[in-house]
Amino acid sequence: MIALETHDLTVTYHKRPVLYGVDVEIEQGSLVGIIGPNGAGKSTLIKSIMGVVPAAGGWVKVFGKPIKENLHRVGYVPQRESVDWDFPVTVMDVALMGTYGKLGLFGRVGKREKMIASEALDKVGMLPYAKRQIGNLSGGQQQRVFLARALAQDSDLYFMDEPFTGVDAATESAIIALLKEMRENGKTVLVVHHDLQSAKEYFDHLLLLNMRLVAYGKTEEMYTNELLQKTYGGRLTILDEVAERAAQIPEASHRL
Amino acid sequence: MVLDPWGWMMMMCFFVALPCALLGAYLILRRMSLVGDAISHSALPGIVVAFAFVGDLSSPWLLVGAAVAGVLVTFLIEQIHRRTRIKQDSAIGIAFTSLFALGLVLIRVLLGDKVHLHQDSVLEGNVSHVTYAKTVRFLGLDVPDSLFPAAIVAVVTVALIIVFYRILTLSSFDAGLAASLGYSPGVVHYALMAVLSVVVVSAFEAVGAILVIALLILPGATAYLCTHRMKLMLFLSAVHALISSIAGIYISVWFNGKASAGVVIAGTLLFLLAWMIGPADGVLVKAIQRRRHLLD
Repeated sequence: MIALETHDLTVTYHKRPVLYGVDVEIEQGSLVGIIGPNGAGKSTLIKSIMGVVPAAGGWVKVFGKPIKENLHRVGYVPQRESVDWDFPVTVMDVALMGTYGKLGLFGRVGKREKMIASEALDKVGMLPYAKRQIGNLSGGQQQRVFLARALAQDSDLYFMDEPFTGVDAATESAIIALLKEMRENGKTVLVVHHDLQSAKEYFDHLLLLNMRLVAYGKTEEMYTNELLQKTYGGRLTILDEVAERAAQIPEASHRL
Repeated sequence: MVLDPWGWMMMMCFFVALPCALLGAYLILRRMSLVGDAISHSALPGIVVAFAFVGDLSSPWLLVGAAVAGVLVTFLIEQIHRRTRIKQDSAIGIAFTSLFALGLVLIRVLLGDKVHLHQDSVLEGNVSHVTYAKTVRFLGLDVPDSLFPAAIVAVVTVALIIVFYRILTLSSFDAGLAASLGYSPGVVHYALMAVLSVVVVSAFEAVGAILVIALLILPGATAYLCTHRMKLMLFLSAVHALISSIAGIYISVWFNGKASAGVVIAGTLLFLLAWMIGPADGVLVKAIQRRRHLLD
């Protein structure tokens, strides 16, 4: 089953294209890393898929239907910096927001919603902090709250925007464990990621992006010198080394 | 039961201040405090055009005209800062001054010499008219009829905020998530602006175009320093509106001046109080926390 299909997805900003002609099909149950240099349009790609940023052209299908008809099957974890952490809401309030999608305009938050939110917080180890104001959390804890909110959405397809940025090591491994568990349960997850080295360990598929789709496929097939060079251009020389080293030890790397 | 004139003026102030306080709390959190300023000034052309059609200064159509102008100015601000490299603060400056100027032109063109705009009332407003207005029997009381429009606006605003609290809070906190859940933050934004325009214009008459900004910002800012809970922040904003309405009338009697100035002075004092001893962010609380931290 195809979880996500985009065709000729194009986004412009102030009339300049920032993303063009992205055609990709992603199988259900994939854990996908979206990789590319700064300004490659990684966040823009998922925002335009979600309809948060308007697309200038192309279309998106989710589980065979236009995304507008299947929004309830899609979860979104924005970048941590995209919200004001001084906002007067508690950890529980934020987790509850994950349940809003099924409440409609006039639905009220009830016992069922609170149960779902508590379970989600428990899963990321944030239940003891449920009553805290979100400003009093560390970066890693804030990211966990965002993940709990996504879990509460109970979607089939998730988009996460740089969930590993600025988090502690414990949170990073907690997120990875969670992502793998989600994949076991048949969820499809796309993660914007900026660290090439860890990308190889974390994801089973990579989507290489640099304003256009450079390539999409299994991680070991994507991790070639040529493709990475094509994605990052000549901008980062250190990448050559990384890629070369990776090419020398292909066997060891996909065991991780 | 009979309320004395001061009592009616306090009620008038409260009905004006309450919806401002609640909407203002959201404006602060959305970092849009200055948009309230913009709306209060740009309502003028809407009012003038509506007045030119209906010819009655107390017609509810004036509120509709003002609401349209309010939405228009927020739309203009959005367009300027989205389509050009001009930042939002400059866009606000451009949009509302031009609409205000357009309003001045329209007054001459559409109304000629029929209407004189009193500078006083634009600057400082007037609530004392409730004391000599016609009265209507309501719930066994002789209620001044000019109290009703303000009361209706207040009740409707409170009701809207209660009903849409969840969506309003969600789209203020995280517009991206709201959009991805299928709620349109754009619709929420413009609906909020429309309600804000109506509220600002109904407050306009009582407190003037400048002091209405204080009614929008002071309660929410005071509450923000006192709590980290959204619902409590809204409640405390309402309490701020109530206390400053009552205390404000006393202050205005004391210095024998305008009620609007008294209410704003009272509101400012409450803000200073919250700054010093507010339980969430007050100077005193922070000092104690620091001391405790050092002792540990």
